[in-house]
Amino acid sequence: MSAEKELIFELSKPGRVAFSLPENDVPDRDPSELLPEGMIRKTPAEFPEVSELDLIRHYTELSRRNYGIDNGFYPLGSCTMKYNPKVHEDVVRYPGFAKIHPYQPEESVQGALQLMFELQQDLAEITGMDEVTLQPAAGAQGEWTGLMMIRAYHESRGETKRNKVIVPDSAHGTNPASATVAGFESVTVKSNSEGLVSVADLKKVVGEDTAALMLTNPNTLGLFEREIKEIADIVHDAGGLLYYDGANANAILGKTRPGDMGFDVVHLNLHKTFTTPHGGGGPGSGPVGVKSVLSPFLPVPVVSKSEKGYYFDADRPQSIGRVKAFHGNFGMLVRAYAYIRTMGPDGLRQISENAVLNANYMMKRLEEHFEVPFPQYCKHEFVLSGNRQKKLGVRTLDMAKRLLDFGVHPPTVYFPLIVDECMMIEPTETESKETLDQFIDVMVKIAKEAEDHPEVIQEAPHHTLVKRLDEVGAARKPVLRWEKSNQ
Amino acid sequence: MNLPKEFRYSDEHEWVKQEGGNKVRIGITDFAQSELGDIVFVELPEVGDELEANSPFGSVESVKTVSELYAPVSGKVVEINEDLEDSPENVNTAPYEGGWMVVVEMTDDAGLEKLMDADKYQAMVSED
Repeated sequence: MSAEKELIFELSKPGRVAFSLPENDVPDRDPSELLPEGMIRKTPAEFPEVSELDLIRHYTELSRRNYGIDNGFYPLGSCTMKYNPKVHEDVVRYPGFAKIHPYQPEESVQGALQLMFELQQDLAEITGMDEVTLQPAAGAQGEWTGLMMIRAYHESRGETKRNKVIVPDSAHGTNPASATVAGFESVTVKSNSEGLVSVADLKKVVGEDTAALMLTNPNTLGLFEREIKEIADIVHDAGGLLYYDGANANAILGKTRPGDMGFDVVHLNLHKTFTTPHGGGGPGSGPVGVKSVLSPFLPVPVVSKSEKGYYFDADRPQSIGRVKAFHGNFGMLVRAYAYIRTMGPDGLRQISENAVLNANYMMKRLEEHFEVPFPQYCKHEFVLSGNRQKKLGVRTLDMAKRLLDFGVHPPTVYFPLIVDECMMIEPTETESKETLDQFIDVMVKIAKEAEDHPEVIQEAPHHTLVKRLDEVGAARKPVLRWEKSNQ
Repeated sequence: MNLPKEFRYSDEHEWVKQEGGNKVRIGITDFAQSELGDIVFVELPEVGDELEANSPFGSVESVKTVSELYAPVSGKVVEINEDLEDSPENVNTAPYEGGWMVVVEMTDDAGLEKLMDADKYQAMVSED
């Protein structure tokens, strides 16, 4: 394989085709008789002209350049890149799930509705919430949906001046972004020296304009917010609500629940915690659970049950409305349901225990070679700082590139922002000790290289198809699509 | 580290240069640009906008991250560095000259008192 891959347009040869259509058996008509003039193009569309074999080879080669969890280790922090069981792919293709239409009469899709109803109940149970919507397409839309419900809640009480959403300085970037899109102003609360929300600073920023606090627990440093009860009380006493960002839910299944910590609204990422495909477009799925105070505002419809069976219940006059066409990414709901039913309550608890064990094992073995900014037990992920290597002229970005040479996907880097030269590592529970050890050995080797041959890391990657990319050029002068003049 | 003695500095790594009257020129420090790495986009306020001290007034995007710019003083924006739209790299190459960001007419100059001098800023950065 060559590094520079031609685009499909560049493979084009006039007259070559990858299809053969049957003879036209109806009379030819001139398009100008059938269509308004403005709708008819003056020059022919320039589709690439390639043979079927060229086409297949082109896309097959591109597909072989992909890297995913089925290729190798993928410790991308806060993304929970765990294995997606293949049995789910079988289940989701059952005709009763794959060949139904959202406009079919309810009585003809009772099985699908039952699955949605039971998934709503399961997710409510897992999070300690009262009701769940399955509509949001992914985590960020879940955040937005939750915040719109919080807005509707405050407005229903005549509280129209609550326009601020508090987010920790360690928060996922989506939190302030969702707050802004939902029409709020985001306010930062600082972390303390232990990497946890500073209760003293929270007391300073909370007030009568507080709509909500958004928090993920464990937080992005992989640390459990031990003072969550006090944090919840401070926000509630000020009249605000608590939003739980479920990105790190893989650490807490069957151990604790956001509802029990004092949260009022939660989103879960089915594509993280519940093994639905992740990356490459997913699609994702971000169900949102709420405590009963927010139930009136849930998006409609939700799936309910009466003596006649399961049905779409749209009778919720204060609803914020529908947030997604039809009923969410249904195929993802089927996979997540299959996973929850396969694991059962004990299995889910075991998942979190193993995820936490794996992360602590790796952190412990790496602490001799890298700076550990928060040396205490972590949950499902942990952060390292590349500060020690930075002094030798090797940045975290360089080490991430070097990992590619060993066939490993790098961890999340330069996030959270409060850690210098940060690497955020989440092994997940589905990796064996051997895989963890291999990654650790590679990291140790890179740490040694930083001391002995920093140039090897600075110039990495050496063994990939494409070498160091011009990220600055790509950002400053992006070329986003092929143009004929580029030929 | 390059730190002009006559400038004042904020703990969010902005420099402030007095330009006579109540006007000050503002940018980010050499230390800040080197931590950010190659800067690819600078988002600035518009002329006429009111800035409030310690509140965000724009952002700087590097290959690594997006960081907010915090106003070191309160006042009205009277000039912005339009060159940065096409040449954000000026912030990397000349943080105290071609990489300046805004000129602000301060509401009053009391805000300046709260800023650090070069020695104090140097000490803060070294501590990190």
